[in-house]
Amino acid sequence: MDNILEVKNLKKYFDTPGGKLHAVDDVSFTIERGKTLGVVGESGCGKSTMGRVIVHLLDATDGKIFFEGKDITRVSKGELKKLRRDIQMIFQDPYSSIDPRMTVRDLIGEPLKTHKLFSSKQEYEDKVSHLMETVGLAERVGYQYPHELDGGRRQRIGIARALALEPKFIVCDEPVSALDVSIQAQILNLLMDLQDSRQLTYIFVTHDLSVVKHISDDILVMYLGQMVEKCASKELFENHKHPYTKALLSAIPIPMVDIERKHEILKGEITSPINPKPGCRFAPRCPLANDRCHSENPELREIAPQHFVACHNI
Amino acid sequence: MSETILEIKNLTIHYVVDKETVEAVNNVNLQINKGETLGLVGETGAGKTTLAKGIMGIIPNPPGKILNGEIIFEGENLLKKNKKEMQAIRGEKISMIFQDPMTALNPVMTVGDQIAEVIRLHEHVSPKEATDKAKEMLEMVGIPGQRASEYPHQFSGGMKQRVVIAIALACRPELLIADEPTTALDVTIQMQVLDLMNNLKKQLGTSMVLITHDFGVVAEMCEKVAIMYAGEVVEYGTARDIFNHGCHPYTRGLFESLPSLNEDQPRLKPIVGLMPDPTQLPVGCNFAPRCPYCTDACKERKSDMVNLTETHQVKCDYAVRKFREETDNG
Repeated sequence: MDNILEVKNLKKYFDTPGGKLHAVDDVSFTIERGKTLGVVGESGCGKSTMGRVIVHLLDATDGKIFFEGKDITRVSKGELKKLRRDIQMIFQDPYSSIDPRMTVRDLIGEPLKTHKLFSSKQEYEDKVSHLMETVGLAERVGYQYPHELDGGRRQRIGIARALALEPKFIVCDEPVSALDVSIQAQILNLLMDLQDSRQLTYIFVTHDLSVVKHISDDILVMYLGQMVEKCASKELFENHKHPYTKALLSAIPIPMVDIERKHEILKGEITSPINPKPGCRFAPRCPLANDRCHSENPELREIAPQHFVACHNI
Repeated sequence: MSETILEIKNLTIHYVVDKETVEAVNNVNLQINKGETLGLVGETGAGKTTLAKGIMGIIPNPPGKILNGEIIFEGENLLKKNKKEMQAIRGEKISMIFQDPMTALNPVMTVGDQIAEVIRLHEHVSPKEATDKAKEMLEMVGIPGQRASEYPHQFSGGMKQRVVIAIALACRPELLIADEPTTALDVTIQMQVLDLMNNLKKQLGTSMVLITHDFGVVAEMCEKVAIMYAGEVVEYGTARDIFNHGCHPYTRGLFESLPSLNEDQPRLKPIVGLMPDPTQLPVGCNFAPRCPYCTDACKERKSDMVNLTETHQVKCDYAVRKFREETDNG
């Protein structure tokens, strides 16, 4: 197996006045080249923080990140610049992640300039035009400013910027959550086409389970900074084990009438990630919780090939 | 026949900005019966929120202008009411839940006082009684009454939305307008809030207009559905009509763009192009530039709303033909 990325016992804690906030706590996984790992969970579960740690927008507190076999957990400034050519990110909000005072062409060309990836003005212009074409932006919008464009087109700019350096690996942080469904479908198709043509590997962070099912090969479910379940996408939807995954799936409203569904309605809300108590973090909301769950943190176990669950009751 | 609580007739709302006119809502007709929930579905900019604000009588003027139409609530035209009369109706007979619970609450007032405020405005009760009633309302939405003395920042997003719901329901309104009440919430919390709204609807018999872009939420909550596109209702019917026999090309396009949880699709089928600029709507059908079945006639004139069945209406000649062919063939 050709694993492009390996994450081992990754931790990211933030210091807050109230104590240590465990945003990402002991997360481990690998991703095969050309595949997509979907990361799902509710707000505050640490999924975005994890994406940011992997692209080095934040430093890891503990643990290791290997990219193509090389340890990239701590890198120098020079190495980081080199790393950026391989690992890129697409951000959630296309309204705030691009400079409003730059034209579309300047925005897309900026990474090329930073990394000096052209030898002549002509080559630069050609590369920018080619990128625009790749992401489906018409030539005429090139001299417009972001505020003149709709959300879908802005997100295309974000994608073009990420592609400019021809990366191997892209962390997509909720790239379609701010978009309407008809536009969302356009962007998802674009991302999947790009993956096919360029052998890209994605980490796809989202809270939308139908999107994650559509785009991912494997899915990682997070709760309060910890992994609760990880397995192949199909397996997760057909044969999920963790009570949180179960509740999450049963809470998705399905766009169909005349179907009988029983929702498992979770009581309470996500608890505070600051100085979490020992024991399973889902226990206060879990219908299966017993004494052991409240005192002992469940280990992640492989219950079937490539199917990992962290729960005492499985 | 159940009793009609709200009827909207030929409502047109425009915003005049500088020299441009934004045609936000055009010639909309809708009807809601007592105890029913109507889902208003459409994408950003379709005019859903403007329509809701129109019903509430809170369109800012200028730039907003209600050019035409009637909004008949319990037999009276709301557009004929003066400011004072509308104030008496808002909050007591019709109330609204806004999309973002984080900004809908006053950060420097306790939640108890915010609920009591509505009660004191509309019912002649003592401050003590209003506070007690506020606590009751909190209990009803599943928050312990003693938390009435806390401030909004001490609550999580889901709980804030419950407080907003408690405020909206404090005077037991006949009609509740909910503008994307769960869009800002996580799925497990969304399910709690939807469940709560459904229970309260059953308990109090409130009618509801639910604005959303999520068909899943519509399937969960609504008896009737209206699909809006570029300021117009393009298809209207019972939930079953729309989900199982939806025939406007836009309705179909919306359903097809959704990633499915039940089946595997290699590719999604997005609707090509974008919604037209509401300051420059096309002469013909608003959807024509994006429609796979568009003909020359579509570009020249708008189709009329046609009744397909007693409950199901659609504004598209192609859809009407297709629907009739299909029903003729059984």
